[in-house]
Amino acid sequence: MPITHDKPCPHRGRQLSWLAGILIVALAGCTPNGRDGNSHTTLLNVSYDPTRELYREFNEAFIQYWQQTTGQQIAIDMSHGGAGKQARAIIDGLEADVATLALAFDIDAIAQKTQKLPADWQQRLPHNSTPYTSIIVFLVRKGNPKGINDWDDLLKPEIQIITPNPKTSGGARWNYLAAWAFALRQHGSEEAARKFVTELFHKVPVLDSGARGSTNTFVQHGIGDVLLAWENEAFLALKELGPDALEIVTPSLSILAEPPVTILDANTEKHGTTRLATEYLQYLFSPTGQRLAARHFYRPVYPEHADPSDLQRFPDIELVTINDTFGGWQKAQATHFSDGGVFDQIFQEQP
Amino acid sequence: MTRLSPPAPPMHNRPATPPPRPAGRVIPAMLITISLAYLTLFLFLPLITVFTEALRKGFATYAAAYSDPAALAAIRLTLLVAAIAVPLNLVFGLCAAWAIAKFEFRGKRLLITLIDIPLAVSPVISGMIYVLLYGGNSLLGARLLDADIQIIFAVPGIVLATIFVTLPFVARETIPLMEAQGIEEEQAAMTLGAGPFQTFFRVTLPNVKWAVLYGVILCNARAMGEFGAVSVVSGHIRGKTNTLPLHVEILYNEYNFVAAFAMASLLTLLALMTLLLKSIVEHRSRHAAPDPVTRIPTLVTATPEPQT
Repeated sequence: MPITHDKPCPHRGRQLSWLAGILIVALAGCTPNGRDGNSHTTLLNVSYDPTRELYREFNEAFIQYWQQTTGQQIAIDMSHGGAGKQARAIIDGLEADVATLALAFDIDAIAQKTQKLPADWQQRLPHNSTPYTSIIVFLVRKGNPKGINDWDDLLKPEIQIITPNPKTSGGARWNYLAAWAFALRQHGSEEAARKFVTELFHKVPVLDSGARGSTNTFVQHGIGDVLLAWENEAFLALKELGPDALEIVTPSLSILAEPPVTILDANTEKHGTTRLATEYLQYLFSPTGQRLAARHFYRPVYPEHADPSDLQRFPDIELVTINDTFGGWQKAQATHFSDGGVFDQIFQEQP
Repeated sequence: MTRLSPPAPPMHNRPATPPPRPAGRVIPAMLITISLAYLTLFLFLPLITVFTEALRKGFATYAAAYSDPAALAAIRLTLLVAAIAVPLNLVFGLCAAWAIAKFEFRGKRLLITLIDIPLAVSPVISGMIYVLLYGGNSLLGARLLDADIQIIFAVPGIVLATIFVTLPFVARETIPLMEAQGIEEEQAAMTLGAGPFQTFFRVTLPNVKWAVLYGVILCNARAMGEFGAVSVVSGHIRGKTNTLPLHVEILYNEYNFVAAFAMASLLTLLALMTLLLKSIVEHRSRHAAPDPVTRIPTLVTATPEPQT
């Protein structure tokens, strides 16, 4: 054939090489791998939503403490989200060294589904592995324009309540149970309590998946008249977003919320971080840890180590516990929050 | 045209102007007003908000947001993910388009439909399937974890989810154009002795290069902006598995609004740059190919994820 293939069109070749050039540049971007020259040990703490500020300061303190006592440089990674969602992630393979979640049930779920830690994990550290506690309070707009002073007032007409979803958020489960406990005390029967909680949840216009999402909905987006929140989250919102706009209302009765901590044995053994992770959690119970917890609006289990001015912020009110009123988390979870449980039922009922 | 009008007076050499129709002015003006109002409400205002919020505490605070190591890590991860996902989808898109447009085989329609799946599926599901496939509870995932290969809640999972959601773009933009061009030129090349690859790289590809580039731009925009699917597989470890969109959410949740909007402004700039590149490519392709058939079909529109 008398056809020669010399340069069919110089233009084409150039533009093709342009395409190839883009490809090469794009691929070259892959080479510097994002890993931070892993020379030191890293600990991954998977936590729930409102602990961000606490652990940021606590981690700094612990890194320094560890450096001084062992000479070893460590780094601590954090992951935050709704407690149920975080537990789910650990079950699905997020390799946390320690879990610091909003309630014991979520850690029980990890123990049952993965065997990454023993079933009696809660007995390994003092106070049922709970270094700090909190209660459920109300956050309202400045001046309390709707006159919300106790749980009963929430059911007044025209009031919109903001709380996260109890299916995904630990804080929301405490909210729900606190409301239930109040109605139980006030009206004396489970049936009345159920009616009370049903009415309450029908007044919720936005059900976020985590506590911080709800705080933003209430504070930033200005939706709702009252936010049911962790005491620590309410104080933090007040501090971050201005005491001119909001105020905290403490109801006559609340629930003692105990967010526990644990190491995930299988993961720490794999990473060789068991000792480090254990001491990290024990440091939460140390005077430094307790002082930081109180500073970040958590009620320390050893108040003697906290700054007295921090403690003054916590009013003394009647508190019920999950064990006394609800027979423990396993029972409460099965009754109220499992699929088809009371929460699912009341959510489908008409008010 | 005949008109029922008295014979027109002579027009003294002036060019005949069509009689003004009342609707001819009012309707376009109305439509433009409505469109502008709509755009202002849904596009310009949010765009302006991003930048005003980002700069609310001055430029120094804005710049400081970029010195946070976690922010830099998020930017690096976003670039890395795009740098892996886009070339892979480019190669896949070209293969698929080549096969579909130039060859006849059974199941061709099915293949086209399959390519569209990521566009039809909600991003949450796109992430969830990888958790189910590679998570600690699946057989495969448990094996991999035992072998110390972490897919989910690590960079590989984020890359996989991003590849999935950006898979259709290059193929989708290229196929219609390749099909429209037919196979005559290829047949001519083959008759003249060119091999299949020579034909592809010298005839087929140059003919569709603008469509391919357009697909790459859209693919890249989505890869860098994807939130939903990546959020599910990320594990949200600060400084490790947060891409830029996820980092925006984290900063926002930490009451760090200036930094959140600073990062959001970066994503917005990326979107604006995408638009610019897109119009350049459209312009070039129109110049390169005046024949309307070979213009870039715009089947898929760029929808960068909304920030915050």
